[in-house]
Amino acid sequence: MSIRVLINGVEKDLDVDPEMPLLWALRDVLALTGTKYGCGQALCGACTVHLDGQVVRACVTPMRRAEGRSVTTIEGLSPDGSHPLQKAWVDLGVPQCGFCQAGQIMTAAALLAKKPKPTDAEIDQSLSGNLCRCGTYTRIRAAVKKAAGQPEE
Amino acid sequence: MSQERMLIARRTFLAGLNLSVGGLALGFFAPEAEAQKPTNEPSGRPGPKPQTSSQAQEDAVPGLNPNVFVHVAPDGVVTIVCHRSEMGQGIRSSLPVLIADELGADMARVKILQADGDKAYGDQNTDGSASVRSIYEDMRRVGATARVMLVAAAAKRWRVKPEDCEARDHAVFRRGGKETLGFGELALEAGKLAVPKPADVKLRPRSELRYVGRPLPLLDGPAYVTGKAAFGADVQLPGMLIAVIARPPVVGGRVAKFDASKALAIPGVKRVIEIPAPTPPYRFQPWGGIAVLAENTWAAMRGRAALDITWEHGENAAYDSEAYQQTLLEAIRAPGTPVRNVGDTEGALAKATRLVEAEYHIPHHSHVPMEPPVALARVEGGTCEVWAPTQNPQAARTEAARVLGLSEEKVQVHVTFLGGGFGRKSKADFVSEACWLAKEAGVPVRVQWTRDDDIRHDYFHSVSAQRLSAGLDASNKVIAWRHRTAFPPIATLFGAPGKPSARDLQQGVLDLALSVPNVRAEVCEAKAYVRIGWLRSVYNIFHAFAVNSFIDELAHARGEDPRDVRLELIGPPRVATLKELGIEQLANYGASVEQHPVDAGRLRGVVERVTELARWKDRKKDGRALGLAAHRSFLSYVGVVVSAVRKPDGRIGIDEAWVVVDAGTVINPDRVRAQMEGSIIFGMGIAMHGAITMKGGVAQQTSFHNYRLVRIGDAPRKIHVEIVQSEGAPGGIGEPGVPPVAPAIANAIFALTGQRIRELPLSRSIQV
Repeated sequence: MSIRVLINGVEKDLDVDPEMPLLWALRDVLALTGTKYGCGQALCGACTVHLDGQVVRACVTPMRRAEGRSVTTIEGLSPDGSHPLQKAWVDLGVPQCGFCQAGQIMTAAALLAKKPKPTDAEIDQSLSGNLCRCGTYTRIRAAVKKAAGQPEE
Repeated sequence: MSQERMLIARRTFLAGLNLSVGGLALGFFAPEAEAQKPTNEPSGRPGPKPQTSSQAQEDAVPGLNPNVFVHVAPDGVVTIVCHRSEMGQGIRSSLPVLIADELGADMARVKILQADGDKAYGDQNTDGSASVRSIYEDMRRVGATARVMLVAAAAKRWRVKPEDCEARDHAVFRRGGKETLGFGELALEAGKLAVPKPADVKLRPRSELRYVGRPLPLLDGPAYVTGKAAFGADVQLPGMLIAVIARPPVVGGRVAKFDASKALAIPGVKRVIEIPAPTPPYRFQPWGGIAVLAENTWAAMRGRAALDITWEHGENAAYDSEAYQQTLLEAIRAPGTPVRNVGDTEGALAKATRLVEAEYHIPHHSHVPMEPPVALARVEGGTCEVWAPTQNPQAARTEAARVLGLSEEKVQVHVTFLGGGFGRKSKADFVSEACWLAKEAGVPVRVQWTRDDDIRHDYFHSVSAQRLSAGLDASNKVIAWRHRTAFPPIATLFGAPGKPSARDLQQGVLDLALSVPNVRAEVCEAKAYVRIGWLRSVYNIFHAFAVNSFIDELAHARGEDPRDVRLELIGPPRVATLKELGIEQLANYGASVEQHPVDAGRLRGVVERVTELARWKDRKKDGRALGLAAHRSFLSYVGVVVSAVRKPDGRIGIDEAWVVVDAGTVINPDRVRAQMEGSIIFGMGIAMHGAITMKGGVAQQTSFHNYRLVRIGDAPRKIHVEIVQSEGAPGGIGEPGVPPVAPAIANAIFALTGQRIRELPLSRSIQV
């Protein structure tokens, strides 16, 4: 039995176990490897994607929950890396190792879609589920604000 | 060097460089014996001599040296090989810049190629904060040699002297004339010239370097933010299986019996393979266990969960970290083996008017890079190909060859991006697992570690206890200083006994400049029950914590300003000689003490500047609780001040941090800043939350809920970084920011609450 999902605007019929987490369908079946595995328990946010525009952790989202819905991954955030967050991320040199950054950006993108001018507290709140072991947090805050067109302190 | 390895190396470059274009190529060969030396070992070797390819190579691959570091193509594209691993330190945005700058290349027309693991590159082990500091000159020399050859080609064309030409902006210009020849136009001619003698190659004066010392855009930024950067788990091969391994819970344990029938019944699971238990010393051997191989990662994980295994735990099951803490504390309460001795410390302590003593304890830590260990191996036709996020591709190659019983020439190791390393990925155990399984399974195998695997089967940061004793005379002057340290060293991983060596103690014990007449350091024994490994800044973490906390305690005991006492104990600006330090030699991170002395003046400098930036003197007036620490490590000097605050919810946090780093010459200041910012967060994790505890030889932590890291809400509002302007020899960058952070935090918390915390993590004592 196949599961129909809209992935980055393209309809896909996937012949996978409905319990398979979306993360592994993306990575192992569709070869969309921009979404990362970090813990498998929704504790680190490296696998963050959008499900109908809402932030979800793909590692704990079974495929059956995605059925008939729209999934956006980092590969689909913009056609060419031109999303304001992606530009701000590069401009401010946010990434260090880069591994968690797709998840950070996807979380921040959902935040900006809801709150175009977030406060520091709202940024911290929204990104509290996204770990970065390299410690890029201060630049992440600055880049979200830059993308939102807010002045840096 | 055997012909086969050259062919292997060449194939890689064929893919990356499009050799049909020909052109000028330069690289250097390091003698194999030199290349095998571990990092941090003083090599004393002369800079490798750049060479062009031999006639035989030219015939096979026109114009290209298989070990090339720089290649200029006729279309003007300059390709520079980065032979060090990129793990977030920004090496790909730093090291190639040296070659480009000497060459006079335009970075916009430079392509960076990641090298495979090959001794021909010299040392590739990306640890010890060594990349820039160890090969700064060599990289420049490679670029400068290529420049001299391009200039010679232009001079020949114009029939003028080379002195009348200059290379810049990706071209050679004729001085006082209008003629210009692009690098591409000169590439083929230059490639035919003899390589100049080293004496004929002059490095550019600093004023001519266009990129060094200036912030450069992050080379891989666009790849990172679009999900295109390929990390270890992102490489896919047709027909490959994913392996998830159930490892013995205790290191050195083994499988007594197992039943795989339920696992094999799970759709997608293809094979179940037992990996033999390692024999001590563990080194980089696989940990052993039962591997489940499946068509996708999820099936492999489910398969592992369905295994029915009975374990034999072995002798390390005796390990209990709480009991061990007492063992370590007992060890430092008795005299140890002296490793540093000035004057008569015992005598001076005995007759001191006042004795100040304190003991410090830091537990095991785990690296937890965001990308857990992962490696892909393909073994076929007597050869092996590996793709892995490894900090040490040559060790991975050696280990793969050992596990497969192949010669190293038959093994090729490709380095992917590393999703963090922090020392974990210097070890090749996950590569050897992948190779072993790929051979057994007969198909390519990717070994995927789960987070639980990563934490429980890590090479842990060493647990330690320190005892500091100071004798004060009647006028409160410190007349004696004794430092006892105990920790199971990393050498135990390779079979050495549990006693730290002088090389281990260079990290903050032997190289501590002290203006005290009687100084003694002793090392005490500590047995290892787990695999101990390098963690970012290594033993400096606990030595800096103890020393900097203790200086703060001394200041408090004397009722004086910690900054003033800090400066008094460092003493006047000077080079602290080995004699002054009371040691016969200093490993000094592989550098000579002539080039990189223990410089009390530089340590003073970062203390003075960081306290100035943080407005230390006004702290009481402003009602701020500041903590200070400073430390020399990896040949750099870092001073840190942090501000501790009580949050509305009652927890204590750090709201602002200041870092001053004196690392000599820096290449890319933006990446240096990023490393210092990251060091604050990394150090906060060590100080506040992190602890691996062991019961029955089993790590009690399994993921981010019980091995906590700093999250964005707890990151300081602001981290200020200042880089000391210097043209001195470069020091390390990736690690030196970490050691001063934890003690600065403990000192700030003392300033805020009056509570002195000598045991990490702080979360054991207070709410953070």
